[in-house]
Amino acid sequence: MVERLHHITDLEELERVAIHGRTSLYPERIKILVGTATCGRAAGADEVLEKVRDVVETKKLPYLVAETGCIGWCSQEPLLDIWVPGRPRVTYGRVKPKQVPDILAALPEAKTDLALAIMTGDDNPVTGRHADYCNGHGPKVDGLRSYAELPLFRRQLRIVMRNCGIIDPASLEEYAARAGYHALWKALWQMKPEDLVREVTDSGLRGRGGAGFPTGRKWQAVRDAKGDPKYVICNADEGDPGAYMDRGVLEGDPHSVIEGMIIGGYALGAHEGVIYVREEYPLAVARVNAAIEQAARADLLGDDILGSGFSFHISVSKGAGAFVCGEETALIASIEGRVGEPRPRPPYPAEKGLWGKPTCINNVETWATVPVIVARGSEWFASIGTAKSKGTKVFSLVGSVANTALIEVPMGTTLHDVVEEIGGGVPAGHQVKAVQTGGPSGGCIPAEMLDLPVDYESLNAAGSIMGSGGMIVMDDHTCMVDIAKYFLDFLQDESCGKCFSCRVGTQRMKEIVTKISEGRGTEQDLDLLEDVAWMTAETSLCGLGTSAPNPVLSTLRYFRDEYLAHIRDHKCPAKVCKELITYTIDQVICNGCGACVPLCNGNAIVGEKKKVYHIEAAKCTKCGACLETCNFAAVLVS
Amino acid sequence: MLNVESATLDETLEQYDERRANLIPILQDIQANYSYLPEDLLRRVSRKLHVPLPDVYQVATFYRCFSLKPRGKHVVQVCLGTACHVRGGPKILDRVETETGTVGLGTSPDMEFVVETVRCLGCCGLAPVMKVDRDVYATLEQGKVKTVLNRYRRGKKKSGGKDADRG
Repeated sequence: MVERLHHITDLEELERVAIHGRTSLYPERIKILVGTATCGRAAGADEVLEKVRDVVETKKLPYLVAETGCIGWCSQEPLLDIWVPGRPRVTYGRVKPKQVPDILAALPEAKTDLALAIMTGDDNPVTGRHADYCNGHGPKVDGLRSYAELPLFRRQLRIVMRNCGIIDPASLEEYAARAGYHALWKALWQMKPEDLVREVTDSGLRGRGGAGFPTGRKWQAVRDAKGDPKYVICNADEGDPGAYMDRGVLEGDPHSVIEGMIIGGYALGAHEGVIYVREEYPLAVARVNAAIEQAARADLLGDDILGSGFSFHISVSKGAGAFVCGEETALIASIEGRVGEPRPRPPYPAEKGLWGKPTCINNVETWATVPVIVARGSEWFASIGTAKSKGTKVFSLVGSVANTALIEVPMGTTLHDVVEEIGGGVPAGHQVKAVQTGGPSGGCIPAEMLDLPVDYESLNAAGSIMGSGGMIVMDDHTCMVDIAKYFLDFLQDESCGKCFSCRVGTQRMKEIVTKISEGRGTEQDLDLLEDVAWMTAETSLCGLGTSAPNPVLSTLRYFRDEYLAHIRDHKCPAKVCKELITYTIDQVICNGCGACVPLCNGNAIVGEKKKVYHIEAAKCTKCGACLETCNFAAVLVS
Repeated sequence: MLNVESATLDETLEQYDERRANLIPILQDIQANYSYLPEDLLRRVSRKLHVPLPDVYQVATFYRCFSLKPRGKHVVQVCLGTACHVRGGPKILDRVETETGTVGLGTSPDMEFVVETVRCLGCCGLAPVMKVDRDVYATLEQGKVKTVLNRYRRGKKKSGGKDADRG
């Protein structure tokens, strides 16, 4: 594809590339799309793609086979989509390679027994236009619901993820066909840098990385700062466990971030940008590098972009596996080749950032939103969301929920709507206990508070934070003491060690919570835990330390009963904490099938085949493998 | 990550100029080629970039992705992100440790595997997951761990498995 690219030096050329992109985005022949983001690949998308290519080649079928990013329907990966011109796009989920020949043989008809849903068109927030796949009167596909009707999709509004699962992330042409780089042209040719800063300010956009600082104010500070050169940085060090929206965007639509950064560079007077991305995301790194190279070859990066005289370059810096590098001053230190330790602010990076120069750091989602704001105007963007939280936010909805998914909804959507409607609730037989937001800096919001609207202020008031957008649904099988221990383990490990209070505070909190989880805690320990938590929050330098107590404080606030059950009754109500549970085999139900025996980690299961087995408590490591394998529910936990 | 065509250090170093900012990328390349950071190479990097050896050592020990000791042939990364944690990630880790014979994290006695934990692979929708070399295995159960590891023991890879960073 790259070889065919023209040098895009003006709007006319950009339009030509966009028209070219349309020939593969909406081709006049059958198109087969496989979602090959990391999650799709983990579920087997590569094998599906290989099979599709194999069938198409051996049968010499005139079909276009393409890859796409993640549409967010994680629970149904790997996803295969087929688009027959003039008809709705049909989505197949959990596709196995052996199903591929049947699906392709049925074309142009859909294999409705295997299909999940149909997509009758797509919306483009950059232009506000809707592309209808079947000219408004195309055939319905029997028995299949459209995306617009599915609970998972009907509440979504996709601004950041506008192209994910639609375009081929490796195609600049298809990005252009979705009006990509048109906002850049508008910014460079029709707007002054100060207009852009004002637009972003008026839009009410706030940083999507976690803290929610108004982006326009940050831009203004960098613009006003004295110092040359200036830098823009994209923070793609997505470290919060349970959050993967940045990966989704970088893998599915890398050009949206690049376009946002170039616009930012022009607005702020910067000519150099750095994308700092986690090494744990090799595919994201590869796709971003490829997109940068394409943009550079097309003259969209480099000197005299779109004939405007403005120059901008982007490089990629790979993280080396340190959570704290998501903090902006630590991230800058890491780019400079030093250890990622945060430093006191002020001076903020806006004044003294990378190499001591004014630097604007924004998150992936923030940068990807910028082109849409420029294209549609601040007023349009500000009309979405709540009074203080504008626009949309991407969430990774994971944990104990029927539809694990990457979703984008307007700010202010309630947790209830997200979990119950979009997510389809927890699996049958379970109950929602809490929703964890904000990663290790966030907190657990109890089921009683699910009416809470998701915006920066509401989440803060509930003792959690928006964070980068991880939303982990927890059911009655999750122990809140164990969760607190989990996050403390994470934080004490990831604390850079610079501040005594964070380094030792997280350790002490972990010791106390561990003691409680093992049934050795006292009620005084809870007071001590709160003391240490407040001390850590009050006296640490960066966001990691100041928010480290959130998981402890929020679980103490809403789930004190569970702590007390561990302390007073030496019981773990969720039956998770190993020291407080025992595994036994029901001697009546067990039919002696023996499936559990080879899996037992401690060789603790004794007995005779076809008779009955039992567990020797002294040898049991409480790994739970017997419980997982038993098909007859004969393994009991108490 | 392992057993990439081993470029010599000279070739690695030649790609970079002497700026301090290149320290981490160079160490990442060495780590990828040698599976750890040999001491003599750290000394050479220190001289090339004019960065004092203690500073190089500080960076090499601060970041999780670097190792100062040789590691097993196959890298097993068990994800312990929140979603994996609530869906049984720690149990998968226990099972991996039992199967490979490592005591806690680290390299197995037969040098076949190095067991690590990773904070989040970003496949939370498919939890619990683990990664062996470049292949990601999703929705794992304890019972599947042995089968997966045995594929690598025999020198085989996931059927049709591709490099995860092929982009």
